[in-house]
Amino acid sequence: MRGAWGQGLRNVGDTTLRIVERIGAVVLFLGQILRHSGTSFRRFSLVIREIYFAGVQSLIIILVSGLFVGMVLGLQGFETLQSYGSSESVGVLVALSLMRELGPVVSALLFASRAGSAITAEIGLMKATEQLSAMEMMAVNPLARVVAPRFWGGVISLPLLAALFTALGIMGGFLVTVIMLKVDSGAFWSQMQAAVDFRHDILNGMIKSLVFGVAVAAIATFEGYEAPPTAEGVSGATTRTVVSSSLAILALDLLLTAFMMKGWN
Amino acid sequence: MNRATLNLWVGFFVLLGFVAFLMLAFKVGNLSLDGSGGTYEVVAHFDNIGQLKERAPVRSAGVLVGRVHSVRFDTLHYNAEVQMALDSQYHFPVDSSASVLTSGILGEQYVGLDAGGDDKMLKNGDEIKLTQGAMVLERLIGQFLFNKAQDGGADKTSTDKGAP
Repeated sequence: MRGAWGQGLRNVGDTTLRIVERIGAVVLFLGQILRHSGTSFRRFSLVIREIYFAGVQSLIIILVSGLFVGMVLGLQGFETLQSYGSSESVGVLVALSLMRELGPVVSALLFASRAGSAITAEIGLMKATEQLSAMEMMAVNPLARVVAPRFWGGVISLPLLAALFTALGIMGGFLVTVIMLKVDSGAFWSQMQAAVDFRHDILNGMIKSLVFGVAVAAIATFEGYEAPPTAEGVSGATTRTVVSSSLAILALDLLLTAFMMKGWN
Repeated sequence: MNRATLNLWVGFFVLLGFVAFLMLAFKVGNLSLDGSGGTYEVVAHFDNIGQLKERAPVRSAGVLVGRVHSVRFDTLHYNAEVQMALDSQYHFPVDSSASVLTSGILGEQYVGLDAGGDDKMLKNGDEIKLTQGAMVLERLIGQFLFNKAQDGGADKTSTDKGAP
């Protein structure tokens, strides 16, 4: 194949191969993290420190966005449901959409940009300033000492943040529809309780956010660890973390939803 | 930041997360209703179940007494076999009847149980013999039109008879 067409086709092939290679590298890196995770659990204070930076410091953005998302859902749902004369069902709408989709997905997206990028920048800069090499010189494995605690901090934080996001979202929906728009509060809660199932809705949502946590933390630590040790390298790696973990979250969400739906009926 | 403050904040965060999860489970998911006590299973055959799905409610006098466990097609009798898990605190006589009903005009479908008068109670694995399937709107309309046409014909013949 020659000419512009051949070149175009080659570019497509090259990009595809590079994406597949990248995914494979992240998965291998994840395996390496898991192999070197022993230290993180023997010295759990390392992980606690990372839960503080990834989880506690993301609390404000997660709580405020959860509240706003719930309020918007309440307003929009009320507007539409009112025309069918069933504005009491707004509780069901808010709770199910938050629990199944918006809670895990939006909190993971926020987490990727708030904490994932910070993890990448930190590890990348450690590499650029040769701190990681210095550790290796002292016979300290940087994977065990630096990467694994950050990974586990992210994995533990995200499901908790997602639960908080969902809970605050439901409160936001309650605030707008019951307090402001005067939907009956008894109907709001009872219809919600009749529609929400613990295993199918709440647990599946938690499973989703756990999977997203593993994906975001693996991508963030991988990008930082593999970043070229220059200023541009670190900035590029930070951008890639946000872009590829957002894509990974949405793609995994589709996959998980399809599997979970199939289990219902 | 010193170690104690760090631990305090992380402890606060983890606790907050668990409280949110428990609130979702109990306040929103109403976990206690499904988990409490045991259930016993009864089976019923319907000639038509309409849109009845798994996990649909089973109600008696409007009160939730159980849930539909499984729905399958019975190749022996060519009808629908519905397994229901009833809450073991509610007992029903063996001659109770089950029907597929709809809540509201466009609402979800559920199984309604009407208690009979027998002394013996339904046990695990028993079958409810008296059943009534779902109303199919098309058949209902068809029947109505057919009756209407018949009535019209009957009226005409009667007037024809009376005329001469």
